[in-house]
Amino acid sequence: MTRRTMIEAIRDAMDVMMSRDDDVVVFGEDVGYFGGVFRATQGLQAKYGTSRCFDTPISELGIVGVAVGMAAYGLKPCVEIQFADYMYPAYDQIVSEAARLRYRSNGQFTCPLVVRMPTGGGIFGGQTHSQSPEALFTHVCGIKTVVPSNPRDAKGLLISAIEDPDPVIFLEPKRLYNGPFDGHHDRPVTPWSKHDLGEVDDGHFAIPLGSAAIRRQGKAVTILAYGTMVHVAETAAAETDIDAEIIDLRTLLPLDLDTIEASVKKTGRCVIVHEATLTSGFGAELCALVQTRCFYHLEAPIVRVAGWDTPYPHAQEWDYFPGPARIGRALIETLEA
Amino acid sequence: MPMPDQDLTHDTMSSRREAVRSPEPAPLKLHVPEPAVRPGGTPDFSNIRIPRAGQVDRPNVDVDAEAIRDLAFSVIRVLNRDGEAVGPWAGALSDSELLEGLRHMMTLRAFDARMQMAQRQGKTSFYMQHMGEEAVSCAFRKALAPGDMNFPTYRQAGLLIAGGYSLVEMACQIYSNTHDPLKGRQLPVMYSSREHGFFSISGNLATQYIQAVGWAMASAIKNDTKIAIAWIGDGATAESDFHAALVFASTYRAPVVLNIVNNQWAISTFQGIARGGSGTFAARGLGFGIPALRVDGNDYLAVHAVAKWACERARRNLGPTLIEHVTYRVGAHSTSDDPAGYRPKTESEAWPLGDPVIRLKNHLIVRGAWSEERHKQAEAEILDTVISAQKEAESYGTLHSEQRPSARDMFEGVFAEMPPHLRRQRQEAGV
Repeated sequence: MTRRTMIEAIRDAMDVMMSRDDDVVVFGEDVGYFGGVFRATQGLQAKYGTSRCFDTPISELGIVGVAVGMAAYGLKPCVEIQFADYMYPAYDQIVSEAARLRYRSNGQFTCPLVVRMPTGGGIFGGQTHSQSPEALFTHVCGIKTVVPSNPRDAKGLLISAIEDPDPVIFLEPKRLYNGPFDGHHDRPVTPWSKHDLGEVDDGHFAIPLGSAAIRRQGKAVTILAYGTMVHVAETAAAETDIDAEIIDLRTLLPLDLDTIEASVKKTGRCVIVHEATLTSGFGAELCALVQTRCFYHLEAPIVRVAGWDTPYPHAQEWDYFPGPARIGRALIETLEA
Repeated sequence: MPMPDQDLTHDTMSSRREAVRSPEPAPLKLHVPEPAVRPGGTPDFSNIRIPRAGQVDRPNVDVDAEAIRDLAFSVIRVLNRDGEAVGPWAGALSDSELLEGLRHMMTLRAFDARMQMAQRQGKTSFYMQHMGEEAVSCAFRKALAPGDMNFPTYRQAGLLIAGGYSLVEMACQIYSNTHDPLKGRQLPVMYSSREHGFFSISGNLATQYIQAVGWAMASAIKNDTKIAIAWIGDGATAESDFHAALVFASTYRAPVVLNIVNNQWAISTFQGIARGGSGTFAARGLGFGIPALRVDGNDYLAVHAVAKWACERARRNLGPTLIEHVTYRVGAHSTSDDPAGYRPKTESEAWPLGDPVIRLKNHLIVRGAWSEERHKQAEAEILDTVISAQKEAESYGTLHSEQRPSARDMFEGVFAEMPPHLRRQRQEAGV
């Protein structure tokens, strides 16, 4: 076990996989010599050589397009899109190509590919460095979507993603890179070194895709969250002193519906939290699934707390961000319903 | 310096003179390129400059792209009007290899005719034929080695036929029947055969171009010997994927051959809309430092010789080559359009590069290896072969027959392992 930040854990996952499997290659913008703008690939080029970790032209379509070809050849590319906000030029290659290659070729060609991208706001990144596009991926058939909330999960899930025989979108909440952000932007963040989940297993260690984790046991209400919002929800539960059960989904697709269902049937109430915009967000899917599965156990309407349906603003970042106060109000509203 | 040969018509030159004559600029106006003729007009290809066969030099494969800029504006041709193979690209294909090539093209043409008819008879939803372009994919395939991978579009079935793929499997794919190797999941003619070096066709244009570069980069990363072959049409070169492919191929000197099949028409849109002000499509490669050549796409020998040259460059780690195959789409884009709506009906007859099958046939006759009589006989034999393949495929069903892939197959293969939500949906569908 070693104390690691989320970035260190992600780097360690790639390092472990590159040393175990010569077919794992890592590339993207500023990823090679410099080691990535968030330092996720620092040292990998020096250790594994330029043909396994290299810089690319600024072309997200090109990065994912060549990765699809490499994956079809038999490599396991783990590529970085510098910010999730930049992935749109690559969207066709993800949706029409990576996601469907196995299906349309009846398994003759497959696409074991990981696309890593920093996601979410809270760093004053404005509308082009803050988005959470997970619902644009969960709506696509043939790809898996993963959002870790801590260093331990980030490493275990990234290793599973690289080993997965199908394409995986790996969204890294950048606000969590250095510590478990609690939603209070005006307070210093506790570093991961002081958090239990900053203890990361050394060497090869995998967390299976499709399993959620219960971060806090509770009886009064179930909170469904992932990524940064897991920690913000914990703050909200603590500040309202509500006995909430917090489920960290970890993988959005495949989804651990059994864990969700068991919890909501127990608590009878459900609050869904995500940073992404509300309308047609992943919360809508969760809401539909919960009401279908748990309708007769529900004692209150399901409530969603999400980013407002606006582009991610710059100056108004903390008016936009669904912080502990908004989540706390939703919890109270649900309990009073 | 060679001049772009397709765009500098008298009309554009006079409009340029006009633009600088007046002391003040005239109000701006949008330029929308138009083809030389529209339906009802007289076909005119006089703006396409075609050098005589044998006139273009054959450089060494390690040549610098700069040194052969003129090849991006000329046309490499081997077969002359008398059916002789002339010049430095004449190559060394034997009689039997050429006869085999002729048979491939004739098979493709016969297969197309039967499948086109089958579509009209309602046995499938859609078909795309190759008429006029048979030499491009058939001749190129002969230059490849086992393990090489094509990333094709929908009009390169010659790669499969010349690669020995079964006509029955092709027809089964077209019919989406119980023996369809793709289980009914793909539109007709969107074949896939890893074994035959034929990457799964997407249907979204140009996406395969950058993937071919990635596949080639992977081969280089693994210090392998295989190369990748990318295919695209003139119209789809406008997609960003094409330009990204040229950037990556150039940057990483990927062992890839980048083919552009310029058949003059993108459905109803003439090639000038995608090409814009650049003289030729091949010239797109020059800004990337990629050696770029144009070849007579209706000349089996020329296509083969250029393919050999480019493949050798790739295999010797000399990097990518861009090839523009100058050809003509004689038929409709697909079974869903009628060319009479956008070009003169007799345009194909005026196409100056002739018919690839007839040209190779005439060459073989000149060589003393073939005759009109044997050609007729071969046509009949090939038709028999195609019809018997078609009949066998039809015994496994056609699109609207009872014999089709099951609804259960629809749920398979989305992922390596079926996730719980899909299993639930399959149960709900009751299959």
